[in-house]
Amino acid sequence: MSNDIALQAIDLVKHFSTGSSGVLGRATNIVQAVDGVSFTLPRGKTLGIVGESGCGKSTLARLVTRLIEPSSGSVVLDGVDITNLSGKALREMRRKLQIIFQDPYSSLNPRHSIGQIIGDPMRIQGIVTRPNEKAEVQDLMQRVGLNPEHYNRYPHEFSGGQRQRIGIARALSLQPSVIVADEPVSALDVSIQAQILNLLENLQKDLGLSYVFIAHDLSVVRHIADQVAVMYLGKIVEVGAAVTVYSNPAHPYTKALLSAVPVANPSMRGLGRRIRLVGDVPSPIDPPSGCRFRTRCWKATDLCAAVEPPLQADGAGRVVACHFPEETPVTIGQSPV
Amino acid sequence: MFLFIVRRIFFAMVLLLAVSFFTYMLFAMLPSDPAALTCGKNCKPDVIAANRIRLGYDKSLLEQYWLFLKGIFAGRDYGTGAAAFSCGAPSLGYSFGQHECVTTLIAQTFPVTAYLSIGAFMLWMLIGISTGAIAALNKGKWQDRAASIFTSIGVSLPTFYIGLLVLFSVVIWLRILPFPSYESPFDDFPVFLRTMILPWLVLAVLSAASYTRLTRNGMLEAMNEDFVRLGVAKGLTRRIILRRYVMRQALVPIVTIAGLDFAGLLGGAIITESVFSLPGMGKMSIRAVVESDLPVLVGTTMVAAVFIVIANVLVDIAYGYLDPRVRVK
Amino acid sequence: MSNEVVLSVKNLSVVFHTPDGDVAAVSDVSFDLRSGETLGIVGESGSGKSVTASSIMRLNNSVTASTSGSILISGVDVLTADEIEVRRVRGSEVAMIFQDPLSALNPYYTVGKQIAEAYLVHHPHVSKSEARAVTLEMLKKVGIPNPEKRIDEFPHQFSGGMRQRIVIAIALINNPKVLIADEPTTALDVTVQAQILDLMKELQAEFNMAIVLITHDLGVIAEAAKDVLVMYGGRVVERSTVEALFSEPTHPYAWGLLGAVNSLSSSGRGALATIAGSPPSLIALPSGCSFNPRCAYASDVCRTEVPLLRSIGLQGSVTACHLPDVEILSIGHGVASR
Repeated sequence: MSNDIALQAIDLVKHFSTGSSGVLGRATNIVQAVDGVSFTLPRGKTLGIVGESGCGKSTLARLVTRLIEPSSGSVVLDGVDITNLSGKALREMRRKLQIIFQDPYSSLNPRHSIGQIIGDPMRIQGIVTRPNEKAEVQDLMQRVGLNPEHYNRYPHEFSGGQRQRIGIARALSLQPSVIVADEPVSALDVSIQAQILNLLENLQKDLGLSYVFIAHDLSVVRHIADQVAVMYLGKIVEVGAAVTVYSNPAHPYTKALLSAVPVANPSMRGLGRRIRLVGDVPSPIDPPSGCRFRTRCWKATDLCAAVEPPLQADGAGRVVACHFPEETPVTIGQSPV
Repeated sequence: MFLFIVRRIFFAMVLLLAVSFFTYMLFAMLPSDPAALTCGKNCKPDVIAANRIRLGYDKSLLEQYWLFLKGIFAGRDYGTGAAAFSCGAPSLGYSFGQHECVTTLIAQTFPVTAYLSIGAFMLWMLIGISTGAIAALNKGKWQDRAASIFTSIGVSLPTFYIGLLVLFSVVIWLRILPFPSYESPFDDFPVFLRTMILPWLVLAVLSAASYTRLTRNGMLEAMNEDFVRLGVAKGLTRRIILRRYVMRQALVPIVTIAGLDFAGLLGGAIITESVFSLPGMGKMSIRAVVESDLPVLVGTTMVAAVFIVIANVLVDIAYGYLDPRVRVK
Repeated sequence: MSNEVVLSVKNLSVVFHTPDGDVAAVSDVSFDLRSGETLGIVGESGSGKSVTASSIMRLNNSVTASTSGSILISGVDVLTADEIEVRRVRGSEVAMIFQDPLSALNPYYTVGKQIAEAYLVHHPHVSKSEARAVTLEMLKKVGIPNPEKRIDEFPHQFSGGMRQRIVIAIALINNPKVLIADEPTTALDVTVQAQILDLMKELQAEFNMAIVLITHDLGVIAEAAKDVLVMYGGRVVERSTVEALFSEPTHPYAWGLLGAVNSLSSSGRGALATIAGSPPSLIALPSGCSFNPRCAYASDVCRTEVPLLRSIGLQGSVTACHLPDVEILSIGHGVASR
């Protein structure tokens, strides 16, 4: 049973302390970046995580890949709790769980050739031996759509889209089972975004990879994800099948978020379908009591301030943390007729 | 902001205490016997022993340190009976080499160092910032290249070399100025000026080099900022943009480094003072090293430390005033 | 009065001189803009859209860039006018907002001072207290809550969306005829983007200003623009009304863009429509049509001759493509209805 689950996050919490402390210091501020997030990623599937800046989605990416340590909670990879691994087991975990970053350029060593960038981790982890390293690397380059003859080139000789392909090849070089992609296409031009998304989907099909795909661009996530989790101020407010979340959002925040996306169709302009959220996202240092969205929610009542709504299934197969979930289906983001 | 300043000052005090402890212990651990150095050639064991007791070197190290610390606030008495003498607060000890209270010695030499530092500092800020600004405003042209050559020379050539070269060419060869002999500005101002002009210039020109680079790069970086572009897009004049947008940004790191450099200078411009025979704290320190005159060394080190710590606090406060992102959260 | 031409760009070309060689960032761009209207300029990185924008304010470095053509604003040719004249135009006739509002604001001064400064420079005889009153009024207009208090705060104390409102306040304080918005919502979250686009629309109606809206986001174009220039490799490859762009795109590059966006926003999985290859390097632009290496319809003529802009279809569109009209229109309709 657990074999069908690639990755599981259980009640992950990450609190950062900011400000000064110590002698004569003011009280420290605690930023509740991620506050009790759980999710399950089935093998071979894609979980999309969406939310606006400051919602904690990038912190979550770094938590599940153990680039930072959680304040509490645990991460389970292929049935193994990886939260407290160290030494050899940690290295093995790192091999199986790879991350792709937003800015492909700053995540590649400018002094290493593409051959080294992709080949070194393979050799270090004992996946290839020297004699067949080059052949393996070039095979991988071909697979991600890079010209194998560019084996000896350096990152600066490539365009943004190609660099992201290098980043993907490097992640794949260790034969991972799960890839966490943190805003992998948001630095790329529209036409290149589509190329990279297609590549990721093909790789998933061919290699049976599981993805955690983090993005602020709702249409990108809609396209690639099977499951979507919507985050707001460090918490998941809604999670479900992508089709359901997008066509029938249950949480008011999800609905507002979807309605704010400009539609590439001028004939839909001014149809009054947009929900205007007022104000800004509150500070994660001092989040609102109860439901964290209540300060901007048009449905909020005293109940919302007093009681935090649990993340639970409603009747329609949606999992939502709201006292007053949305009823009416909306149609948003349809292609122009 | 007030709390911030109070906290910085508190930490500065703690830091100074730590510095005094380590300085004292470090010098006390040197393998020379301070008491044996008090009487030179005609030392006899009983004189050494008597001096040891008189200066307190018979006590344990910690006790000595405590007496030193107490002396700073309460002054210190040495010896008993007819041979007794005292150094008033703030006492930094007694120099057996020069037979004088360290505080008195510092009071004599510090003004020289201060005149040298203040004059050189003002000159070098003037030279550094203006050449840097000229280079930035003429990026890629001959002015910029000239500034860059000046910077490389200034950064790479040592003071003692340039100092001696200047001294040789101006004083000995060209005879434009007489050989430096220091007089207080209150006694003989023209002589003071004639003596100080060369050390000021040498110190200023050489130190200005890094400020030229700092100013040039800071301004060029600022000119690429979006907010400078918005300033231009507002229709502001070039002068206002340079002053309120470009220089404002470039000045922040300059103030920081200048504060620390100035404080370092006040601790004694050892090489410059030696080359130009200025009777300042730096020259005195050198002499103290040669003579193993520990109390003088401890004293000058403490004075230098005080200036650096004070400068740090002032720089932090200035930083808050210069950059609102530090001041208001 | 409502529909006078306020901005007229003719044959604008910009060449940057770099150590690696000359870069033709913008080639032969022309357009007119009327008051109260919004012209969208869409394109990928390196398409020349941002350089076009900064040329209108003459913000390009005159040492490293050579600019030719003409840009007329209120009878002044910005490209040839003297510095004093250009400074008068900047900020009062034409204003600009930037992609990243935090870096566009001077971190060392309060927002009130920065807005008032923009007003005072064009109203030298106004007192500081009057300027402050005007500033306060403007802060209210752009929707800053509690403006009496926030006028004395610094940029870093505002959220991203509020900062962009401040930048808009600076831009509109002198009631300019033209507003240039260079990716004004790209750095913002989607809900904030919606707020800012709404605000720009409201203020446009109030001030009857013309907007040049530069973006890579076709959704933003569809939402806000009346006419659209599609730029590629420094040239305008298509000019049309926003309706025509989405119902009858007339350039293969526009087809590619629209195809990618449409397949992304449709709910189906399947492979996304893409444009092969990468945007061209401006240092070594392909000969002929610079889109030809990525174009599925390219023929020999595309590799040798730069296509001229010509009228096409019945919706007033203009395209720079060698394909015959009939073929362009039928493929264009196909792409739009997909």
